[in-house]
Amino acid sequence: MTTTIDLAALFRRMTGDEKHEWAAASTLDVLWVLYDRVLDIDPATADHPDRDRFLLSKGHGPMAYYAILAAKGFLDPAVLDDWTTFASPLGQHPDRNLIPGVEIGSGSLGHGLALATGTALGLRAQNRAKPRVFVLVGDGELDEGSNHEAIALASRLNLTSLTAIAVDNGSASHGWPGGIASRFTVEGWHATTVDGRDHDALHAALTARHDRPNAVVATIREA
Amino acid sequence: MRQTFVDTVSDALDHDPRLAVVTADISAAAFKPARERHPDRVLNVGIREQAMIGVAGGLALTGLRPVVHSYTPFLVERPFEQIKLDLGHQDVGAVLVSIGGSYDDPVWGRTHQGPGDVALLDTLPGWTVHVPGHPDEVAALLPAALTGDDRVYLRLSARENSHAYPATGRFTVVREGARATVLAVGPMLDNVLAATAGLDVTVLYASTVRPFDHRGLRAAGHPDVVLVEPYLAGTSAHEVANAFDDVAHRLRALGVRRDVEVRAYGTAEEHDAVHGLDADGIAKAVREFIR
Repeated sequence: MTTTIDLAALFRRMTGDEKHEWAAASTLDVLWVLYDRVLDIDPATADHPDRDRFLLSKGHGPMAYYAILAAKGFLDPAVLDDWTTFASPLGQHPDRNLIPGVEIGSGSLGHGLALATGTALGLRAQNRAKPRVFVLVGDGELDEGSNHEAIALASRLNLTSLTAIAVDNGSASHGWPGGIASRFTVEGWHATTVDGRDHDALHAALTARHDRPNAVVATIREA
Repeated sequence: MRQTFVDTVSDALDHDPRLAVVTADISAAAFKPARERHPDRVLNVGIREQAMIGVAGGLALTGLRPVVHSYTPFLVERPFEQIKLDLGHQDVGAVLVSIGGSYDDPVWGRTHQGPGDVALLDTLPGWTVHVPGHPDEVAALLPAALTGDDRVYLRLSARENSHAYPATGRFTVVREGARATVLAVGPMLDNVLAATAGLDVTVLYASTVRPFDHRGLRAAGHPDVVLVEPYLAGTSAHEVANAFDDVAHRLRALGVRRDVEVRAYGTAEEHDAVHGLDADGIAKAVREFIR
């Protein structure tokens, strides 16, 4: 991607060295595809009621998120230099009250899917058909039972505007036999499993519209 | 109180497009007529209390005003982290409305008792806590809660006092005396009045405990206070201490015992006696306190 070098430079403002941690971030590619090609949101529309919503449920390891927010103009890149310091708005877990364009504060796992479900319900109740709601969870995060309350509920309430992205880097201690997608499809979601580094495949899966809530399992398997 | 709550909120839904209701099966049937009129704003999530609060947080993020309702332990205790994070940390508002009090119907046992609710919410900033003692107070407290943006907890109970008092947020002077102040919270008032009949004490009544009316307590004129709360004993002790932080004072805090799990069913009145919250128990405590 043409922005690779830019993101690498933004990452280095946080990591402070020449390490290639940025490339290893499991969420990097899906976040980039979302912000570059899918979400209808920019700094000028960050508070517009008809903006698309992106909720980062897996708030741990937010460097890729911050780098992309900076690349897209939500954050002054200079803010990255002193992240996690007392006066910085950027911590190891993001806080929506401190960062423009961040829809939720997260960190404790298993909160985003229900918040996204409520967001989609709130938009529907206000007859706002345009915005889509995306929420990113991790495969380890799916261990939390709260996700499964929300997965079942979102389908029962027919929230077709909702897309859940499950980044699967194999971090769940006890795994997901049969695959993560089946956890969604058994509850009535549409689900697609794609290579989490393949931008075109991610784009196709994220922009497809279905008459059911949509799950995109983005598989990351590094050597 | 629950019927007043259901009627008031059902009516408000017809007039305020910002209002939404979220239940987790409990009382869902009571909101059925409202749900038929407003299917997108009266939501029953099934027996999913974590999702109930999370959904409320999401609704609030889109600008709606969620009213969330269940039995005390399933509203406050089971999804407590959702209350802390999906409402508080996001800095969005909601109106949480519980029924069941601490032990309104003890035949259901410990699982359906919630005496720690107000103490738990006290660990979080920004919550207004109402503990009405009469259905008319519920009707008086709800409009401001429904039209606000803040975080409000309304603790409903099947226990009620015989008379309603104006729900001003301030403490009401019910009786005046010289020896001490007895502060009765919500449904405790009738027992307190029976217990203190003939005693030379001031009786204050509170249907709102957060924010705590420090000035009202101070204005009663006694640095000796008996606090009678229908939930965990001493839940508001720190607030009494704040009210008297520059003078010597005494406090006797009555409420649901912290030192024992009462493994018994029976009636609420029988449990009152175990906790010293019946009129005899309160009278004994107040007499000892002013002796």
